[in-house]
Amino acid sequence: MDLSYSAEYEAFRTEVKAFIAGHWPLRGDEAKLPGDKRAALFRERAIAAGFLARSIPRCYGGSEQPADVLRAQIIREEFFRARAPGEMAGIGPSMLVPTLLEKGSEWQKEKFIAPTIRGDVIWCQGYSEPGSGSDLASLQTRAELRGDEWVINGQKIWTSGAHRADYMFCLCRTEPEAQKHAGISYLLLSMKQPGIEVRPLRQMTGAADFNEVFFTDARTPRDWIVGKRGEGWIVSRTTLKHERNMIGDAQNALATFEGLVQLARRTTRNGRPAIQDPAIRQRLVQLEGTVRAHQYSGYRQLTKAAKGQDPGRVQLMNKLVSTNIGQEVAKLALDLLGDDALLEPGDRQLGGPRDNAQWVGQFMWSLGSAVAGGTANIQRNVIGERGLGLPRDAAVQRS
Amino acid sequence: MNFDLSEEQELLQETVRQFAANECPPTRVRAIFDGDEGHDAALWKGLVELGLGAVAVPDEFGGAGLELLDQALVAEVLGAAALPGPFLGHSLAGLAILWGGSDAQKKTWLPKLASGELLGTVAFAEGDARWQPEDWALAGGATLSGVKTAVPFGVQADLLVVGTAGGGLALVEPGARGLARQAQPGVDRTRRIAELRFDATPAQPLPHGVGASARVRDAGLVLLAADAFGGAQKLLELSVEYAKTRQQFGVTIGSFQGLKHQLANLAVEIEPARGLYWYAAHAFDRVPDESARSAALAKAHLTQVYMQAARDSVEAHGGIGFTWECDVQIYFKRAMFDRAFLGTPSIHRERAAALAGW
Repeated sequence: MDLSYSAEYEAFRTEVKAFIAGHWPLRGDEAKLPGDKRAALFRERAIAAGFLARSIPRCYGGSEQPADVLRAQIIREEFFRARAPGEMAGIGPSMLVPTLLEKGSEWQKEKFIAPTIRGDVIWCQGYSEPGSGSDLASLQTRAELRGDEWVINGQKIWTSGAHRADYMFCLCRTEPEAQKHAGISYLLLSMKQPGIEVRPLRQMTGAADFNEVFFTDARTPRDWIVGKRGEGWIVSRTTLKHERNMIGDAQNALATFEGLVQLARRTTRNGRPAIQDPAIRQRLVQLEGTVRAHQYSGYRQLTKAAKGQDPGRVQLMNKLVSTNIGQEVAKLALDLLGDDALLEPGDRQLGGPRDNAQWVGQFMWSLGSAVAGGTANIQRNVIGERGLGLPRDAAVQRS
Repeated sequence: MNFDLSEEQELLQETVRQFAANECPPTRVRAIFDGDEGHDAALWKGLVELGLGAVAVPDEFGGAGLELLDQALVAEVLGAAALPGPFLGHSLAGLAILWGGSDAQKKTWLPKLASGELLGTVAFAEGDARWQPEDWALAGGATLSGVKTAVPFGVQADLLVVGTAGGGLALVEPGARGLARQAQPGVDRTRRIAELRFDATPAQPLPHGVGASARVRDAGLVLLAADAFGGAQKLLELSVEYAKTRQQFGVTIGSFQGLKHQLANLAVEIEPARGLYWYAAHAFDRVPDESARSAALAKAHLTQVYMQAARDSVEAHGGIGFTWECDVQIYFKRAMFDRAFLGTPSIHRERAAALAGW
């Protein structure tokens, strides 16, 4: 057991640091560009240097580096430390791109991957429907092949970012006669067309990050299908796996916990810092136990992955652990806020410490993780069935 | 970056696992559990012959020359097997002499502990949750006077390491004048406890005891955390097995979400938490600044997880889980021991908060 990195990796870390020092923040006239342009410029240079888009071939705009989870970890650490833009965030780079790499056709990879990882095009995901949430494979939105086009009718819901998206990747029923899972195809389509109507859904936080999307004879070319007809369910599984990794991040949990400790330092109880209150101290350390466990579990999974070994069923637990931590942080934060828990939620915090209103927002947002990308109860089914080998529910088995 | 066990460490665990499976199957655990004395000399001898009497004691004193992490890995496996015996107290007695003793004391006592010629233990608790070196009030010096409670195998031990006022340590031999030893009715029958009364009892102070005692306590916290992790994992396994076998309403009960989710929640509490005791042991061996706090955090967290796992496992087993006949009760009581021995989770959480400067 040795938590340090070998000389080879420390040399790599020096290289990463030197790159960041030379390129971020931008200098001269470039420093005056708007934020997203500065980030895009930096990312372009980081890709050229081999630090971002590492798993993506050069011909699709990536840096095509040999897989090395430790180097990837070092890059994340150093970019995070320097507040330099890391991999382009969002559903396109994190979910669509890995899917295309694995299942897409050549022209699809050439057309879509490079602009997606640069952030030039924005994607949204059309999975859930009003009647199909956890039981996603019961979805009803239909796509019919007419001549050289798919014609799509139906409705999607909880579509994050649909109002900003250029394209959607979605699951549609294309083989109405086939058995449930086998009737689904994975289609790509443009959001900028008359057959699509996007209506925002206002969340409990007051903001509207997701939407309903209505399809009325929306169209997409015949070859904008990923995988074959009826294989959409299998194609979509590739992406869900990636999403799980994306959300279950121990580093975020640790950062959130450290934010909570700061909150306990700057709020008061009976005229003294809350962090001196014995009950608060107990709750903080109790929570820290779970956070540290998650962190060390991450180290172990990283080590296993670096050795090419399977980390085992603990991987299935990452998302639920993160969700649980978020909920516990939220409850303790609300107690620390005192009267400020009467405030309306502030805007979602992105980097930097939260103010009190943003902690009220976190209290609500922490529930998002228990619902989005597979509810906590579905996660428990997955852990119970795939992890512990318990039998499936008889009713689910029949459907 | 390598947060995993070495091949040697995996082999060590496998060796102990095999030993426990062959020499101490559940039937033998139960026989010892139900027996009067609770100490099986033949079983203990077998463990000592594997080199487990002094895992982290250097080989010049007859030990295995390994580190606390290795000792904790052994504790995990023994915890999973609910293996009855004096491993904990004996290990801590050896470490106390190693870190607190004079050269002569080390040469005299450590080889005898390592070979199993003598059975060692530690006497720390003074009642009212006073376990920590700074809590000790027993008057020390050339003679000892006062009372120690919850001494593991205190009746059977041949050598006692006693905590004294000011955080010191002293050795007492069983025949010493003024020493009265009385078995206590302990809940965990795999680890019997005793009350020791000292009345001007001759003792040999360990010259470096004041510096060593907190470190011995920290090692104990790590070993308890490891035992708790092993026991909790085993409880999960027993409960999952039961859920896969037991039939009701014509199906296996593990297919019901009520039980499935309870077991999934349990798995999520237990499995990722292995690293807490690994890291605490690693910090103890290699990262001195984080050693005390990591040990406190690991002990508080894992023993609480173990206790909850035991409660949930009784529930998962239904009526049979509440019986003396079911092995779950043995783990349940080991969880109670791990939780309270050396101080409850809340004591160590407060210590962890203070150690963080909060």
